[in-house]
Amino acid sequence: MARTVLSQADIARALTRISHEILESNRGAGGLVILGVPTRGVFLARRIAEIIQRIEPDAPASLVGALDATMYRDDLARNVTRTPQPTQIPAGGVDGKTVVLVDDVLYSGRTIRAALDALSDIGRPKVVRLAVLVDRGHRELPIRADFVGKNLPTSTDERINVRLSEVDDVEEVSIEGPGETGSAEPDGGTR
Amino acid sequence: MRHLLSTKQLSRDEALQILDVAEDMATVNEREVKKLPALRGKTVVNLFFEDSTRTRISFEAAAKRLSADVINFSAKGSSVSKGESLKDTAQTLAAMGADGVVIRHHASGAPQVLAESGWIDAPIVNAGDGTHEHPTQALLDAFTIRRRLFGDTSRGRNLKGVSVVIVGDILHSRVARSNLWLLETLGAHVSFVAPATLIPFGASTWPATISYDLDTTLRETQPDVVMMLRIQSERMNAAFFPNAREYARIWGLDDARLATLRPDTMVMHPGPMNRGLEISAGAADSARSTVLEQVANGVSIRMAVLYLLMSGQS
Repeated sequence: MARTVLSQADIARALTRISHEILESNRGAGGLVILGVPTRGVFLARRIAEIIQRIEPDAPASLVGALDATMYRDDLARNVTRTPQPTQIPAGGVDGKTVVLVDDVLYSGRTIRAALDALSDIGRPKVVRLAVLVDRGHRELPIRADFVGKNLPTSTDERINVRLSEVDDVEEVSIEGPGETGSAEPDGGTR
Repeated sequence: MRHLLSTKQLSRDEALQILDVAEDMATVNEREVKKLPALRGKTVVNLFFEDSTRTRISFEAAAKRLSADVINFSAKGSSVSKGESLKDTAQTLAAMGADGVVIRHHASGAPQVLAESGWIDAPIVNAGDGTHEHPTQALLDAFTIRRRLFGDTSRGRNLKGVSVVIVGDILHSRVARSNLWLLETLGAHVSFVAPATLIPFGASTWPATISYDLDTTLRETQPDVVMMLRIQSERMNAAFFPNAREYARIWGLDDARLATLRPDTMVMHPGPMNRGLEISAGAADSARSTVLEQVANGVSIRMAVLYLLMSGQS
């Protein structure tokens, strides 16, 4: 049976803390752009942007977007064809901005590598930061997160399931041992 | 989906997947850096046995924007003019390491032969074969219609209830056939209007309304889309109509007919246009004309098709 490691309330608290940390390190919401990496990173990015707009009344109205990295992946030829997701950049663009990439789980780091390449084709941000809900270790590239919801030491044969109320019927982060088959769907919800 | 040979074999889900991926490709085509690394290291061969400018250039631009290498092959000035068979040409390309083949051929069914023969193990994209099909043209037409109708909310939408009138040389037109199957799959209704001599034998079994009178059809259907086909003089090997002036008067979209259309009716043409014959300059250059959008959207559609066929496990 999958073990729940973050409840709905834990996720909400982690996102609130991450939002405060982003504002603290950026010294306010000036020049901030929050970009979610599809699928679930997009929902997390929207929630973080909402919290930031609540804390900082003078935060820019168009703050949040989505950055799809499918076309930049290094494993395209090894898997079945992936359907790309929409990329949507806030009106002001990313040039000279502080871009915070948001993803649900940081694992090998390859998705973020692809997202950085995708971002550089769109513009030249002043700084790029990374926020993740769960860091499960096992990096294969020199990439680290600046804002982490929870560090979860795992073994590579375990699976982390992130379920969010926007697309799933429950909201939680759970961990599954080897050989267990939960109701995990094959796309971005499970790593 | 391994090959794209016709729109008749496309399911609605497959067609919508291509159109939705093309939406993503269209945003790339609006960026400053119009390039994606998705097909880096792959080779696309454009195998053109028939003259073409826009389709070949469009496929070339699409492949290059996906970072593929492109080899252009045209039958003129090649070993084909020395009598080389399609089989030998295909095997030569296979030996050179082609990862995808875009083929235009004057014989209907040539792409299918290439796909099923085993001469070459690569995805085949039909870029027009004889009077059979031209699937990417139909896809880009459907994409253009969808974008004009729904704008930014196009993603995932079909064309249910849209009425499309296709006028002209149905007999020789692979564009008309591909559009019929695709638009029908997407839920639109197609009417064909042409002189009786330019309606193919057996067309009565097609899921389309057939008419010989343009004015009546335009008045009765109040269409969302009027698509004018080119009079293909290179295929006019018999007297299909008395002369060009008479054709233009009875079946051409002139300024007077343009004025009878609803203000939001789209005027489409796959190009190249015979101005003054099937379409007047006024109609071709009006705000209702989608001719240049069709060209721009063609690159996005072909990027989507090449990406979906060529990325992923081979």
